[in-house]
Amino acid sequence: MPFLTRFFLRFETHRAGAYMVHPMDLGRWIIWGSYALILLLAPLVFTSSLSQTLLSQMGIAIIVCLSYNMLLGQGGMLSFGHAVYSGMGAFLAMHTLNLVSDGWSLPVSLVPLAGGVASAAVAVLLGWVTTKKAATPFAMITLGVGELVWAMALMFPEFFGGEGGISGNRVAGSKPFGITYGPQIELYYLIALYTFVCTGLMYAFTRTPLGRMLNAVRDNPERVAFVGYNPQVVRYIAFVIAAFFAGISGGLAALNFEIVTSEVVSGYRSGAYLLFTFLGGATFFFGPILGGVLMVLAFVLLSEFTKAWLLYLGLIFLFMVMYAPGGVAALLMMNVRLAAFGYLRRLWTSYLALLTTALVALVGAAAMVEMVYHLQLNTAMGPELTFMGAALNAHGTSSWFGAVYVTVTGVALFELCRREFVRQWGEANEDIEKEINRRETA
Amino acid sequence: MTANASTTAALQIEDLRKTFGKTPIIRGISMNVRTGERVGIIGPNGAGKSTLFNLISGRIEPTSGQVLLNGQNVVGKKPFEINRMGLSRSFQITNIFPKLSVFENLRCGVLWSLGYKYTFLKFLMDLDDANDRAQALMESIQLDKKRDTLAINLTYAEQRTLEIGITIAGGAQVILLDEPTAGMSKLETRHFIKLIRQVTEGKTLLTVEHDMDVVFGLADKIAVVVYGELLAFDTPDAVRANARVQEAYLGAPVVAGQAQEH
Repeated sequence: MPFLTRFFLRFETHRAGAYMVHPMDLGRWIIWGSYALILLLAPLVFTSSLSQTLLSQMGIAIIVCLSYNMLLGQGGMLSFGHAVYSGMGAFLAMHTLNLVSDGWSLPVSLVPLAGGVASAAVAVLLGWVTTKKAATPFAMITLGVGELVWAMALMFPEFFGGEGGISGNRVAGSKPFGITYGPQIELYYLIALYTFVCTGLMYAFTRTPLGRMLNAVRDNPERVAFVGYNPQVVRYIAFVIAAFFAGISGGLAALNFEIVTSEVVSGYRSGAYLLFTFLGGATFFFGPILGGVLMVLAFVLLSEFTKAWLLYLGLIFLFMVMYAPGGVAALLMMNVRLAAFGYLRRLWTSYLALLTTALVALVGAAAMVEMVYHLQLNTAMGPELTFMGAALNAHGTSSWFGAVYVTVTGVALFELCRREFVRQWGEANEDIEKEINRRETA
Repeated sequence: MTANASTTAALQIEDLRKTFGKTPIIRGISMNVRTGERVGIIGPNGAGKSTLFNLISGRIEPTSGQVLLNGQNVVGKKPFEINRMGLSRSFQITNIFPKLSVFENLRCGVLWSLGYKYTFLKFLMDLDDANDRAQALMESIQLDKKRDTLAINLTYAEQRTLEIGITIAGGAQVILLDEPTAGMSKLETRHFIKLIRQVTEGKTLLTVEHDMDVVFGLADKIAVVVYGELLAFDTPDAVRANARVQEAYLGAPVVAGQAQEH
């Protein structure tokens, strides 16, 4: 893989600051081309109506997570209220859609854009206060603004629709080329188009003077002020731009669900954006794309699978914050780097061992969690439950003993494998460092 | 103040005072620095040298007094406004952009002065003037081999060099360097001072410096600050001969010990 190796030789010097990776033009074409292809072909591969729903929601989540990462990853702004902007975008897009239904001559495909513009307008007002401060005060203010808007949503049912929310019909207005957006697949392609364009625009933003000064503000706002820039203005403009994209995402969500309830501006929603952007990886531009995909998988699939999904999600988040603060993207890139130098095959047995032992530990732990949840939520149905094909008795000692035994065995074996893995990982990376030094001097 | 004096003075400080709580830190400093002059500021720890720089550069506001930059008042202005008026400073504790590369650090210092402001409608890679200037600057401070290294991964001496690079990047004509050689070895210091001399050629320069050899070698004029007051402001020879300075400062163990101010 000579191309990858060369790419990582350049990448090497950047490490943490991966925003500045300059892949060669060919690499850029490949990356963006594959992204477009995936968006284009996904519904042809996954054809069920569930997957169409999932894919549509993924596009929406990708845009909003990327917009959130403009604040978190690129600007160092830990916002607890990003849902205010995606949510306001959703409400304003829904009102726009209803105006279209009443005879406004705006194509439905532009309704998300209306959501974006409206959301940016909201950010022009609220953002000025929010971005006055950085770091912890900033986080506090976003929390306050979030609560404020959430409270307002319940106080003004004329606009927010009260508890029932407001609904609309996306089959409205003109129908160019026979596109009605009635079938989910037509809407999916609208979402995919928006996702691609928004991703491109947000990536482009990172290569502009403002985008770079935003990184500088993240790193050291004080010094920014001594090179002529007002850090507050940098934050403010970036905040408005992030709100614009969040609003587009909200607008697409409004079209997708055809109903918007006050839940979309809630702190709960904001927390989800933060959580999944972080899980995806805030230090890489593409991290939030993975985050968005994970968000939908967790919210739609994991929640179907088990009642304890929020617990699992919390545990995963905890684990990632402690052991992999770079998120999935960073884990991925570390391994791609290894692969580029041809060292990944050294590690695959270790990976297999880690995976197997982790699965054993997880199965044991999950059995216990499921038994507790069963006792708490389904007592009326008796103590018996089926977990992964096995009949467990939440009141029986043997079930509990078995689960504990499996967990302990799994954890112990995992720890053994982990130590071996850490050693091998260190060796492989040392070899790569040597290789790089050798090539640089050559 | 004659009209002539104000046109040639790059920096005029008039009866500058700063009080923290009830403690006066700067107790009425007045000095004129002419355009192109190199001023070394010396004084014992806690004398108020860094505070003086903070007052001039807008990091903190004075309690009273005036600071004129090329005849224009800067008191009450924000650091970025003062920077745009042509004054730039470095910091005693390295103050760079740790997760940006060396080149990006310097380019961040260049952008405003070339008028790019807050634009997000142009690509950085297309800004030839900014890229060329950052590149030239990187070469002149001899960091071009570390172009793509993150600032956080540089050695201490390299970080101090980058600190100076960011300071002069915007082309400001008045430069304040707050202990540029703090924490450097003797050898590094000698090399570094030569570099500073080169890159600040023709500019008005104010330097806080502990190393007496360095100060007397680098500066046209020496300002001695003791307890927030200006004890002397004269040529190196005159300052050396000044009895009050000798008593208050040069004879003190501070010089021999090269104590670091924090």
